[in-house]
Amino acid sequence: MRNHRRRGLTALATIASLASVSLLAAACGSDEDTKSDGKTTITVEGWRPGDEQGTIDAVKKQADAFMKDHPDIVVKPIEWEWNAETFSTQLAGNQLPTTFRVPFTDTKGLAERQQIADVTQYVNELPYAEDFNPSVLAAAQGTDGKIYGLPTDVYGVGLHYNRDLFEQAGLDPDSPPTTWDEVRSDAQAIADKTGKAGYAQMSTNNTGGWMLTTLTYALGGRMESDDGATATIDNDATAQGLQMLHDMRWTDESMGKNTNYEWAPINEAFAAGKVGMYMSGSDVYNALVTTNQVDPDSYGLAVLPLSDSPDAGILGGGSVAAVSAKATPAEQEAAVQWNDFYREAKNYDPDRAVADAEVLKASDQPIGTPTLPIFDETTWQSVQDAIKPYVNVPLDQMTSFTDGVFDQTLVPEPPAHTQEVYGILDSVVQKVLTDENADIDSLLSDANDQAQALLG
Amino acid sequence: MTALLARLPRLPERLGRSLGPLVFLLPMLLVFGLFSWWPIVRSFVMSVQQTNMVTPATYVGLDNFRAVLDDPLLTTAVQNTAWFAVLALVIGYPVPLILAVVMSDVRRARGLYSLLAYLPVVVPPAVAVLLWRFFYDAEPTGVFNTILGWFGLGPVPWLEDASWAMPSLVLEATWAAAGGTVIIYLAALVSVPPELYDAAEADGAGILAKVWHVTLPHLRSIMLITLILQIIGTSQVFLEPYLFTDGGPDNATLTVLLLVYNYAFANTTGGDYGKATALSLMLAAALALMSVVYFRVTRSWSE
Repeated sequence: MRNHRRRGLTALATIASLASVSLLAAACGSDEDTKSDGKTTITVEGWRPGDEQGTIDAVKKQADAFMKDHPDIVVKPIEWEWNAETFSTQLAGNQLPTTFRVPFTDTKGLAERQQIADVTQYVNELPYAEDFNPSVLAAAQGTDGKIYGLPTDVYGVGLHYNRDLFEQAGLDPDSPPTTWDEVRSDAQAIADKTGKAGYAQMSTNNTGGWMLTTLTYALGGRMESDDGATATIDNDATAQGLQMLHDMRWTDESMGKNTNYEWAPINEAFAAGKVGMYMSGSDVYNALVTTNQVDPDSYGLAVLPLSDSPDAGILGGGSVAAVSAKATPAEQEAAVQWNDFYREAKNYDPDRAVADAEVLKASDQPIGTPTLPIFDETTWQSVQDAIKPYVNVPLDQMTSFTDGVFDQTLVPEPPAHTQEVYGILDSVVQKVLTDENADIDSLLSDANDQAQALLG
Repeated sequence: MTALLARLPRLPERLGRSLGPLVFLLPMLLVFGLFSWWPIVRSFVMSVQQTNMVTPATYVGLDNFRAVLDDPLLTTAVQNTAWFAVLALVIGYPVPLILAVVMSDVRRARGLYSLLAYLPVVVPPAVAVLLWRFFYDAEPTGVFNTILGWFGLGPVPWLEDASWAMPSLVLEATWAAAGGTVIIYLAALVSVPPELYDAAEADGAGILAKVWHVTLPHLRSIMLITLILQIIGTSQVFLEPYLFTDGGPDNATLTVLLLVYNYAFANTTGGDYGKATALSLMLAAALALMSVVYFRVTRSWSE
């Protein structure tokens, strides 16, 4: 009897403590009031983890300048980097900045899951709202046609190469490869003469799929039909690209023995001089400088070789400055104004581009890294002309890209379930790079079935 | 406190006696409630919901469980986890036992050997894995491959080959975890009466016979416990495949817990907390069932 009562009491106490805990949790979850003394406070993506002090200073200076123009807004830049793995939990735990950049690939999914805010009305108030390149603006739109942020940078994939390794291999660093056959023979020369990987390709965390898609586009293939309803992974171009990777890895042995790369590690390996060539976005030079301290003299950027196929093109991508779904309307408006000030106006207004370059110059940040037009090509050109005196990146080592890219067709990423399809392709790339006897045709046909199951 | 409460005239004596311990228990109950029980309750709830963590969750019944069971990767993950557990049993289970038996026989500098055996446990796991990733460099110039090269072996594609990747993970995991188990065995070995060894020696037993007939029988109950702990531990292996290979190459090291993680956090499937909690619960149920069966079966052995 006595025992029973005690057990009953313990149970009661347990329930009581659980109840108080859930009350506590509920209290923690309540919305914070960011409007104190009439000011709207927003936190914004400032710099990447590991960035140098100059980068941090530059953002803070810009925030001060913005607050002078907008006395009723307080901007707090914080350290942040897009990471799909932690995004949802950061959102749920109120750890996200009010505004942040999201890759083109992820914008539609986040919009569909209502994790980023519809900011159509605020974007439409901007002076250049009507002037966006429609295909670029499409990347910031949800399937519902609403606008979920500002597309702030657009890149095309290029071929990044190490000029020192080219020289050591007896190749001319001023004439990078212009066909995939040359990529292959140059890679072999680098591997033979220097013992480093002549060519490397990303393979994990969906970057394997991202880069296999790039290679497929360059050879004239597509991963999905234009409406995103049909998977076309088992096309000839993808098979041809994989065969080339297979031959470089196993016949030429020009890719080194480590193939477990994604975006950041391959940058690190390249900046450390372990990789001769690799594909990545044309704007990766900024990260190579601010995060990996690459030696500018050793860096070269070439336009991606395309096959003769009329469908051959380069994969384009970029970032959208989006706003957290939890932001209040006032915060959303403030966030769009900040993104206009800090990220977008410099792409449109030559004066703003110069002002931005001044700040970057004072903090010794890279200026002039190749990007692609967000508006029309004339606007882009006038901005490029305006910042010409400030350019401090080795543009003469990037002429292959800057001269050639406008002749290439920019192809957007696969429209439906992009990241999931990339995930499926990761396995294919890994299989080819780690198994000499991989059966490419059956891998592609399996991958196509898996992707088709997703597309429905 | 108990006595004080009990002496309060207006409180019935028995209630006072019950409340006293409760007051002392409360902080523990609160902490456990907040960080253990509440998440467990929440995961039951989430497993039947679909949520984006912003708008209210919707009830979807058993859809999450069905989706997990339909996922072709589940079979791969279960097979890989079982393979890891088997390898860990073959490589990882005997190593601490042998180490402990040998070390207990050493008379000089025993403390030094214990320290050396335990040191890997002190290294933060993520640091250890990143260090070993460096050792596992597949180039002939990598640390392990250089050492193998001295004996005319290798180079081995440690993490770069579907059949090598899992044994490589087990090797590191064994190195990282053996120290703790060694200490447990060493403590148990102290309880073996030395007369038994003397008696065995008098009967003409060699070292192996002494270990087989004296040491192991004394360690039996401890060994059974460490075995089930190891099986439970290896079934939940996550850190090694996540940090070494991210489940690759070609899903060769995708484990159940990594699949749970991928459901919830990886960009491939993107924030499917329902499926993640559903698979977690299935894993927990399977492990609980296995433990019950194990203890039923081994009850007679450990007496």
